[in-house]
Amino acid sequence: MAIDIPRLPLGDWIEGGLDYLTTQFSAVTRGISHVTQGGINSLNDALMWMPAWSLIALIALLCWRMSGVRLAVGSALGLALIWNLGLWDPMIESLTLVVIATLVAVVIALPLGILAAISNRFYAIIMPVLDFMQTMPAFVYLIPAIPFFGIGSVSAIFATVIFSMPPAIRFTTLGIRQVPKELIEAADAFGSTRSQKLVKVQLPLSLPTIMAGINQTIMLALSMVVIAAMIGADGLGNEVWKAIQRLRPGDGFEAGIAVVILAMVLDRLTQSFRKTKKAQ
Amino acid sequence: MSESQTTKIQVRGLSKVFGSQPKKALELRDQGLKRPEILEKTGQTLGLSNISFDVKEGELLVIMGLSGSGKSTLIRCLNRLIEPTEGDIIIDGENIPKLNEKELLQCRRRHFSMVFQNFALFPHRTVQNNAEYGLEIRGVDKAERTQKARDALKQVGLDGWEDAMPSQLSGGMQQRVGLARALANDSSVLLMDEAFSALDPLIRKDMQQELLELQHRMKKTTIFITHDLDEALNIGDRIILLKDGEIVQIGTPEDILTNPADEYVARFIEGVDMSRILTARHAMRPVRATAREDDGPRTVLRKLSENGLDSIYVTTRERKLLGLVDADAADQAAKDGEQSIKAILHDDFPRVGPDEPLNNLFAMFNEKSRPIAVVDENQRLLGVVVKGAVLAELAESGER
Repeated sequence: MAIDIPRLPLGDWIEGGLDYLTTQFSAVTRGISHVTQGGINSLNDALMWMPAWSLIALIALLCWRMSGVRLAVGSALGLALIWNLGLWDPMIESLTLVVIATLVAVVIALPLGILAAISNRFYAIIMPVLDFMQTMPAFVYLIPAIPFFGIGSVSAIFATVIFSMPPAIRFTTLGIRQVPKELIEAADAFGSTRSQKLVKVQLPLSLPTIMAGINQTIMLALSMVVIAAMIGADGLGNEVWKAIQRLRPGDGFEAGIAVVILAMVLDRLTQSFRKTKKAQ
Repeated sequence: MSESQTTKIQVRGLSKVFGSQPKKALELRDQGLKRPEILEKTGQTLGLSNISFDVKEGELLVIMGLSGSGKSTLIRCLNRLIEPTEGDIIIDGENIPKLNEKELLQCRRRHFSMVFQNFALFPHRTVQNNAEYGLEIRGVDKAERTQKARDALKQVGLDGWEDAMPSQLSGGMQQRVGLARALANDSSVLLMDEAFSALDPLIRKDMQQELLELQHRMKKTTIFITHDLDEALNIGDRIILLKDGEIVQIGTPEDILTNPADEYVARFIEGVDMSRILTARHAMRPVRATAREDDGPRTVLRKLSENGLDSIYVTTRERKLLGLVDADAADQAAKDGEQSIKAILHDDFPRVGPDEPLNNLFAMFNEKSRPIAVVDENQRLLGVVVKGAVLAELAESGER
């Protein structure tokens, strides 16, 4: 009774497309790989060259300036614990991946978000794409990353950027679209050009919302960077991965707690930045 | 209000259709259909239909109508915040609907400044930077725009508030910033979209008065939108009455009160003939500044200029009214080195008791349009009645 519909070779098509991209753009991907790896290495080297205590002091100072004594003390204690557990270097590696992935994601997301805010057509195109990017299980991005960039940190960055970019785009678009209509009218009435309107009115007013998006991006990037240990990314994720393979729950939890501490410091710090911006 | 004013803006056959098939709607309009029928037949809203009027250089033109009459659409068509569907808007030889994007930008910068109902101040900019906005986007250099913005803020009485953020100011003060932002721009036409409607009544009256004084000083061509007849009568040199996107009447406040064009206008001003019941007491306002009998001509001159007056009442310490001093006489006396103003005091102005009926006051406004002094039985100065206030009071009582 069952009608025999041939199975769609969807996977084959996707693979064919990926193969095509890998071979056709190998020069490009190799270039990107080279530059990204260089960036990762130098940031890693710089952060690891600093003695752990000095970096802790620096972050605590930043927390104190941006937020207050509580965050400063909390961050310092948390980071000191990571150091004490011997997870300092993996933590720095994870931090580097998060920082670089976030930078790349934001640099791509801001213009796309602005475009989506201005153009209804582009908005209609990009929103389903963002839904797709966010609902696709994160692991799946790891697979095509390997043929493009090989095993290692660059692939991790690639997958992380894709996974963490949507909120930055969404919030940028939302922030700009939320600017009250009267203010846009006022800017127009005085004869602002489109770019004057953007730079002098729309972007400053949407900054708190954009910062909320960047905060989300950082959090997603951190979670992805941990998962990316599966394709050979260094960092805390790698420690968790090793603990799983050796069945050592203690080590696993230690690394996991370090991830939580790093996440909390990054989250509170970026949120406090957003709040001080809003208060101004 | 002289007759020899040149025309600043000519609006001819301006129409606006909201919807996707404007042509269809305009065809039906030309067949004589009105807004509701057109909406029913085509789903298109006829926002404005065949509007023609002139704006004279230096006048304060009020466009008045109830909500939905198309007044906001009309003012936004002038600077194309809303694109008109058809018609011409000619300002200094340029036809605004025909301008390309770049020319439109220049035209907005040169000709129009706008003040908005809900102020529309930029919340992330200080008062000073708000006032500078128009100059900033035109590329005026920092020193010049700082100075011009400062001057404009001073004009509206906000010196000392330059570094405040808009959210720290009261509604009335915020709208002063809005006005300063428009004035600093030094454009040739001021567009005011229900500029005082969001303010509470007392502040609103003050702002109207201040606008009149500013207007008197600067002679800036102003188009003022309101839904409030009282406001229209109080400040307008001329009034355009709008209904359902069409002009019902254009005229001076007196024209509209005494000679309503149709039933709609008549209903608007219904009950305005309260002039026999109302008295001078209702229409009088406090006197803003008086001179003392022992003031010298220079003191008097300073008081005059500080308050933007061209004549001032002189009273005793007990506020007993002695007479009036004119600015030019005081000026002459000061030049002649006179020490006293007693010689230039005169009595050439109307004075009435507080119970004088309003309809008797109309006739008293003499050619110099001096205000009427209201005095009690001991000749003490209680207040002053200006022409606009009589009309406004009549209009207001009509609404009650």
